[in-house]
Amino acid sequence: MSQIETFYDVMRRQGITRRSFMKYCSLTAAALGLSPAMVPKIAHAMETKPRTPVIWVHGLECTCCSESFIRSAHPLAKDVVLSMISLDYDDTLMAAAGTAAEAAFEETIEKYKGNYILAVEGNPPLNEDGMFCITGGKPFVEKLRHAAKDAKAIISWGACASYGCVQAAKPNPTQATPVHKVIKDKPIIKVPGCPPIAEVMTGVITYMLTFDRMPELDRQGRPAMFYSQRIHDKCYRRPHFDAGQFVEAWDDENARKGYCLYKMGCKGPTTYNACSTVRWNEGVSFPIQSGHGCIGCSEDGFWDQGSFYDRVTDLTQFGVEANADKVGLAAAGVVGAGVAAHAAVSALKAAQKKTQSSKEEV
Amino acid sequence: MVVQTPNGFNLDNSGKRIVVDPVTRIEGHMRCEVNVDDEGVIRNAVSTGTMWRGLEVIVKGRDPRDAWAFVERICGVCTGTHALTSVRAVEDALGIEIPDNANSIRNIMQLNLEIHDHVVHFYHLHALDWVNPINALKADPKATSELQQMVGPNHPLSSPGYFRDVQNRLKKFVESGQLGLFKNGYWDNPAYKLPPEADLMATTHYLEALDLQKEIVKVHTIFGGKNPHPNWLVGGVPCPINVHGTGAVGAINMERLNLVSSIIDKCIEFNKNVYLPDVKAIGGFYKNWLYGGGLSSQACLAYGDIPENPNDFSPEQLHLPRGAIINGDLSTVHDVDVRDPEQVQEFVDHSWYTYGEPGKGLHPWDGVTEPNYELGPNAVGTKTNIKQLDEEGKYSWIKAPRWRGHAMEVGPLARYVVGYAKGHEDIKDQVDGLLRDMDLPVEALFSTLGRTAARALESEYCGRLQKHFFDKLVTNIKNGDETTANIEKWDPSTWPKEAKGVGMTEAPRGALGHWIKIKDGRIENYQCVVPTTWNGSPRDTAGNIGAFEASLMNTPMERPEEPVEILRTLHSFDPCLACSTHVMSPDGEELTEVKVR
Repeated sequence: MSQIETFYDVMRRQGITRRSFMKYCSLTAAALGLSPAMVPKIAHAMETKPRTPVIWVHGLECTCCSESFIRSAHPLAKDVVLSMISLDYDDTLMAAAGTAAEAAFEETIEKYKGNYILAVEGNPPLNEDGMFCITGGKPFVEKLRHAAKDAKAIISWGACASYGCVQAAKPNPTQATPVHKVIKDKPIIKVPGCPPIAEVMTGVITYMLTFDRMPELDRQGRPAMFYSQRIHDKCYRRPHFDAGQFVEAWDDENARKGYCLYKMGCKGPTTYNACSTVRWNEGVSFPIQSGHGCIGCSEDGFWDQGSFYDRVTDLTQFGVEANADKVGLAAAGVVGAGVAAHAAVSALKAAQKKTQSSKEEV
Repeated sequence: MVVQTPNGFNLDNSGKRIVVDPVTRIEGHMRCEVNVDDEGVIRNAVSTGTMWRGLEVIVKGRDPRDAWAFVERICGVCTGTHALTSVRAVEDALGIEIPDNANSIRNIMQLNLEIHDHVVHFYHLHALDWVNPINALKADPKATSELQQMVGPNHPLSSPGYFRDVQNRLKKFVESGQLGLFKNGYWDNPAYKLPPEADLMATTHYLEALDLQKEIVKVHTIFGGKNPHPNWLVGGVPCPINVHGTGAVGAINMERLNLVSSIIDKCIEFNKNVYLPDVKAIGGFYKNWLYGGGLSSQACLAYGDIPENPNDFSPEQLHLPRGAIINGDLSTVHDVDVRDPEQVQEFVDHSWYTYGEPGKGLHPWDGVTEPNYELGPNAVGTKTNIKQLDEEGKYSWIKAPRWRGHAMEVGPLARYVVGYAKGHEDIKDQVDGLLRDMDLPVEALFSTLGRTAARALESEYCGRLQKHFFDKLVTNIKNGDETTANIEKWDPSTWPKEAKGVGMTEAPRGALGHWIKIKDGRIENYQCVVPTTWNGSPRDTAGNIGAFEASLMNTPMERPEEPVEILRTLHSFDPCLACSTHVMSPDGEELTEVKVR
């Protein structure tokens, strides 16, 4: 065990001095609300703790989460994999295959019982006895349950693991089921999005490593630090919404001026994610900045909420259509009206969702 | 028992059976079983897709303008290519013509994907089949530096100190005892042939490529807002252009174009200075390992892609070639018509579906899918714990597509074989140049290594094409055309009551087609036949084996219990199982028969 590189070794290797390391431990203690007396204990833990083992399994998915993960710019994916975690099983990237891969899986579970993080990309289908997703000759759901049993915590990567995503859209022929509906006795962090933003993914992992704790989660189980605000709340085009300046058709004059995409179906007002702040691919852009509305890919069931080009207010029986147009006609420069319209839209959206879910139950 | 398949392979399942499940470093879930004889040579191969998601049923009844977003999620690795195929299918059905700028931007995005996908495939999914990172610890950094300067003299990262730093980092990683992704690799297998210096150089480039790939995709981010899964639009592209006037910060402006241009240059540099030299250098040490040709010398299919002008998919207008080669006759390249019901057909005799009528093949527009999961009578194990499959029965979630009854290989090598046979100038120059540099005959192309080399050549070619379409885009803007979308038929009230169309692309992994039927403004039927369905197909009614299976035949294994050679050849196709194992149904209702627990 003495050969195992610890968190402290890694930090030293990356050029962090002993002095800075102790300061880091003090800050960590403060962040966790612990007394200064705890600092040496934290330092000791850091000095002796091996890199956190991670088992990354894949169910029904498209691998966009793995692809997103390797796009991380800070930290770089290579630094995460070489220096921060020990990715002991990941069928998309690991060298070994077949029995050697399965052995790596079992060895990691055995050696790090209760101490590894289970990262799940995709979800298990439950129809056909689970055999719509087979791994090692058995249903994926068995592998998931097996790996979950001794995991310290589970990260549900992306919309698939968190909510079901596209294969769970109606009529969900394989009965693709999100992780939390199969595993009920473990802490689960949902990191939704199709895929999630790269730096959000590595941000969640490094938060757990740095502070040695679960991130604060909202009621849906998402990290509050990245998912507590709507895209609309921080959208750089928000002033155009408030001013009633909207794109009316693709590639019209307003589109070229970068006006608000609300009337083109943008789901920013009902989508909780960090796209408008963290942005994508090292901050280069995000969907709205590149001219297409948000499709709401980090929201539960976003595939079944009507067309991506329907306005979120597209419920004429509630009179919201008129409301948005009123903003367009009369509210230029009047911020308050925009905010009021916005509040109304949100309330109606909630009502719409409720109606839909009650319909489903019928 | 030895059986000869109609496509000329002698299958002998009498030897020891080896099972590889999961096949790793691929997209999705796959299983492979082979029989090896007493000499350790593969004499029978069985490839199985082990997942099924049902996306085409899910898009049924939805707005055709939304379809791209659903089917884009077929695959997050070749992200965007299904979306492009989808918008092309819808535009074909509805007679929508896209503007010139949209064609250039789509081509730039598609070419960008080809490069990204090929680079990530080679370094992160395939390299560890040839490169031994543990052996790199024995390398002399100075000699590695000399090797680098010899094979890629223009690559700036080449000093002995640089390689020493990487080696030290690798050393500490290995000595930590936590091997992570390298855990349980086959590092003492004699199938690895590189000297330590080449291993260190290639492992270093594994890390460099990991840094670079996140830069490459920024082209998608600029035009599509994010990557993976950028946004697309029926009728054009969603990003407006505004290089001159007010509000250009909300559109494609000069700064955005400059960023695209700089990334295109980076792609070109990397292909030229690192990727191609690596393939040549590594390939040079494996020149005696020319197995894995499979179907590539006898049956190749390409739909063609990258139209020079918008809305014109005639073969002579495509930069990536279209055509089919059958029976090993490279002197005749057949034209391909994906609308012809006699050409592309799918069979399910050995797939976990039923057509009701055995032995039948169906064109995608008339496709039927009813899942029917059952194991053959000689399978070992149970339905939920398979020990060994029975290839005489049904054994895969992948259907068996055939072109005029022939099992076909698709992908970079197929495109290059078709292009070479057609006398495509760029392709011919590249191939002849590579063979000359490596001192290999043209037959060497038909191999695992040839498949890997074709991908690198294509990446280089796509880099140049990307620049061509960037210049074309800028010229067009200069000429006063800033249009990016045609919205004449955006409103469904302008559509005919019924319409059908087909979209084609050359995805990184090969020929990709989406067939759509629209009725009353909604999707009536949607079907995809994707590259890995072609390559990973199981046997068909006549007993023809698919491209994966064919490629494994007659390959000797150093240690049959360590599947290095199997991985090497399967990976050379860059399998994508989430793509291949979709569902086709004209009537989603059938699927409600699936047992719900």
